[in-house]
Amino acid sequence: MRGGGPLLAQAAGERHGLAVLLFTVFVTATLAITVWAGRRRSSSEEFFAGGRLFTPMENGFAIAGDYMSAASFLGISGLIALFGYDGLLYSVGFLVAWLVVLMLVAELVRNCGRYTLADVLAARMRRRPVRIAAGTASVTVSILYLVAQMVGAGSLVGVLLGGSDSGTARTWTVVGVGALMVVYVSFGGMRATTWIQIVKTVLLIGGTIALTVLVLLRFHGDFGRLLNTAADHSGHGRAFLDPGLKYGGSWTSRLDFISLGLALVLGTAGLPHILSRFYTVPTARSARRSVVWAIGLIGVFYLMTIVLGFGAAAVVGSDTVRDSNAAGNTAVPLLAEALGGGAGTTGGTVLFAVVGAVAFATILAVVAGITLASSASVAHDLYATWRRAKVAAGEKKPSAEAELGHGEVRVARFAAVGIGAVAIALSLLAQDQNVAFLVGLAFAVAASANLPALLYSLFWHRFTTRGAVWSVYGGLVPALVLVVLSPVVSGRPDALLSGVDFHVFPLENPGLVSIPLGFLAGWLGTVTSREPADEATYAETEVRSLTGAGAA
Amino acid sequence: MDNDDGGDQGPLRMDDPWHDAAGTGLWVPEQQAAPRPPHPEAEPAADGRASAYLEVQDSAAFREVRDRYRRFVFPMTAAFLLWYLLYLVAATTAPRLMAHQVGGGLNVAMVAGLAQFATTFLLTWAYARHARTRRDRLALDLRWSLATRTGQERVR
Repeated sequence: MRGGGPLLAQAAGERHGLAVLLFTVFVTATLAITVWAGRRRSSSEEFFAGGRLFTPMENGFAIAGDYMSAASFLGISGLIALFGYDGLLYSVGFLVAWLVVLMLVAELVRNCGRYTLADVLAARMRRRPVRIAAGTASVTVSILYLVAQMVGAGSLVGVLLGGSDSGTARTWTVVGVGALMVVYVSFGGMRATTWIQIVKTVLLIGGTIALTVLVLLRFHGDFGRLLNTAADHSGHGRAFLDPGLKYGGSWTSRLDFISLGLALVLGTAGLPHILSRFYTVPTARSARRSVVWAIGLIGVFYLMTIVLGFGAAAVVGSDTVRDSNAAGNTAVPLLAEALGGGAGTTGGTVLFAVVGAVAFATILAVVAGITLASSASVAHDLYATWRRAKVAAGEKKPSAEAELGHGEVRVARFAAVGIGAVAIALSLLAQDQNVAFLVGLAFAVAASANLPALLYSLFWHRFTTRGAVWSVYGGLVPALVLVVLSPVVSGRPDALLSGVDFHVFPLENPGLVSIPLGFLAGWLGTVTSREPADEATYAETEVRSLTGAGAA
Repeated sequence: MDNDDGGDQGPLRMDDPWHDAAGTGLWVPEQQAAPRPPHPEAEPAADGRASAYLEVQDSAAFREVRDRYRRFVFPMTAAFLLWYLLYLVAATTAPRLMAHQVGGGLNVAMVAGLAQFATTFLLTWAYARHARTRRDRLALDLRWSLATRTGQERVR
């Protein structure tokens, strides 16, 4: 990554100037959105759910914006450019996951909750323990995801600037991204965050369509010819189009990929920032239609990243991509430059700058969405639980609920600052580490801690408070412990801790073990409960989840 | 949403929130024999509202909605998860099979990968259509009939 390679070194000045200009325009526009959204009255419904009156199309674009990270845009195309088919294999899990969200989660969660995942559980359980458990798991998932995104933003700057002072540039990028996301969230709340996601999705899809059209034009619309050229220029021949170049090594690495695939497909439905998006529309029917929009956008986007990835291999060549960045993250920028006419030409410079700016916009929007969801968990789940305990202990005022709402918004604004500070600090500590595993880990924790509790709560009439608490911690704790005991933390040259080796668990991704454990713990906790499930609150949850009666 | 004045048993304040829910026919004997202490922190579900939900849960109309939903969603979820896992396992453990050429310059792996995209789009369409034509109207009817009973619906 350092040094950048011959292509990147050329014409560096004007390219960066243009990229910085485009990015400044984006930041200015998003800050204007934030100011506009922040002028509204700050009720908790406004702050956490953006007033609940977004249309399905708007929310679908925002969901896609929350989901399509720079890791998808640059990372997956880069994987395809370097490893061919195995990159495509990775992207399939990200899309199929949306069927779980569409069929089992979106409408029911919209009907049962107000702002967070914990709302759904608390509707039929004792509030205090389940809110603390679900709030803790949600914040954990969010922090893992945030650090992955912010470190990615830092290395993206290093890659795109490619200069000698990229270390300083990376540090300032991480700090800048963190500061911006805190400003968006604490001043603009859900309304600003949603509009930022929408703008980002339009930019990202627009940029991707333009590049895809250029690639297909170059190959006269012949996908087969594109694949064959890619295989020829990959250095692998026909094997480039077959699975196995990246994930087909040892049996451990194959099992690791299956674990990751399972985490991706089940984790999406447990991501707090995705779940909170369903509360921004008025009804379950609009939640469903938002997901249909999102699946359309995300599916088309991943199909286009396949074209871009193979296009980068065919037009730029896998070796050039690898020389520029060992992880392949520069494949799309390099492809854009080549499609525009090559390094040093006006077209190449413009396209390179556009791709760089779009990638930054993508990162900013994603981190804002995650920060909002996690500050909602802190305020609405953790703080409100603590506050209710205090109100219950002291004298109970009739206006306590209303006050709590305003208190929650104030706490959420401060929580965004706190989470931002924690994420910046962790990202700066981790910025020289290989943190690619963090995204997979965030999905694994979401799939093991959040999804079992959510599904049991919606579908199993015998599910109890103890079952809910056990399933959250029974997924969360094994997932984190297994990662600490895995080769990503110790025992490998690129591990987080060098010089020590205490790894006993062979896989990088804990999903294969921790997801079944989460489901098992929920079942065990339920069957060993002394207090049986509450039939009336389950009746209420079930009826509300399917009819929308009494929905917030 | 905690406004319960629409329920007919509203003023009744008992320690046991199940008290008025009896007689709705939902109770299994051993649960009736030993009523549990109410959850001290659970949302104060007033008796009228609780019995309304229990009644609706047991009604034929609601069971129809639930059955239609579950009969579509559970088999479909099992099917697409199985199909995805099959694809994942085949691609990682049987690359030889997946590399088999099927003509047009495409191999089994590429066709299977694109088929995953295709089935995702297809199932999305099928689910949305099923929900729109088979569930939405029934669910909305139930929602309004409950709204008049529990008084907890907001006007939109």
